[in-house]
Amino acid sequence: MVDPMIDRSQFWIVVVVLGLATYAIRFSFLGLLGNRALPGWLQRSLRYTAVAVLPALVAPAVLWPPVTGGEPDAARLLAAAVTVMVGLATRQMIIAAVAGVVTLLGVPFLL
Amino acid sequence: MSATRESYLRGVRAALPFAVVIVPFAMLFGLLASEAGLQLYEIMAFSVSVFAGASQFAALHLLQDQAPLLVILATSLAVNLRMLMYSVTLAPHVGAAPLGVRAVMAYLLVDQSFALSVAEYDKRPSMTVQEKIAYFFGAVTPVLPLWMGSTVAGALAGRAIPPEYALDFAVPIAFLAMTAPMIRSWPHALAAGLSVALTLALTVLPYGTGLLVGSTIGMAAGAAFEYWRERRVAAWLIR
Repeated sequence: MVDPMIDRSQFWIVVVVLGLATYAIRFSFLGLLGNRALPGWLQRSLRYTAVAVLPALVAPAVLWPPVTGGEPDAARLLAAAVTVMVGLATRQMIIAAVAGVVTLLGVPFLL
Repeated sequence: MSATRESYLRGVRAALPFAVVIVPFAMLFGLLASEAGLQLYEIMAFSVSVFAGASQFAALHLLQDQAPLLVILATSLAVNLRMLMYSVTLAPHVGAAPLGVRAVMAYLLVDQSFALSVAEYDKRPSMTVQEKIAYFFGAVTPVLPLWMGSTVAGALAGRAIPPEYALDFAVPIAFLAMTAPMIRSWPHALAAGLSVALTLALTVLPYGTGLLVGSTIGMAAGAAFEYWRERRVAAWLIR
């Protein structure tokens, strides 16, 4: 993969805006809105933001890794599957990540 | 020893085991950011300004893919929206504290300090506001320096590692390892599964917009499923 340079003006906008907006989210109820409750549907939705966004963000790279030019790669597919299964089984992020890395590095030796 | 001080130290002790997660995660961020060509001061500005690991990885990833600015911001912010729930949950516990204190707490409101504090407040309902605040600050005391320090260490190590090493798959593994333990129920599984499937199906859309559409629908489906299940249980109880 050719490493495209990160556009610096875009980078600094992200640093400032993401920083301020994240702080605004954290400060919202703690600082300003106090004991006001969120509507139930919103509260329910917020529980699902991270689980919806994080895996979808990396799913294309799992199926079509840019380094192989988009060809599915057995080691990466297996590593992703092992990471998810170990994470579900152990509920431990670190154990899941280690299992994934070991699979990623180990599979090319086995094939 | 005063009860406040004791609460603070209890928070510190409870947070120490998180070092196992924070150190490699922050190092990986520093490493990838420096591989992406960012300077140390830029990487640190990023970590200090945002101080939310997952969204920093997401933003870095999309910046490298040269996604449109709005897509980068919307996606990374979506990752941080869960903190709105943290803010709502903590507000009744520490609302009586001075605004300045709450403003500092807001900056330090991360997954670890939130999860530990809420568990502790539940376990010890007799805690005073001072003790609750002390515990919260205790719980974030190891997190902040470990996150920043390990980011620097990773960034410095990144300069020493030749770019051809297969780091391309570190972020997918890190994100999947982070998400899998969060799948605690069928609605969570539906949200994650549907979001992934739709995002993959929508890769034809201009960069990153498929992800936004897919994850929004996934999130809504998870919430709707949870609502439907609760209503069904309620109907069953009334019967």
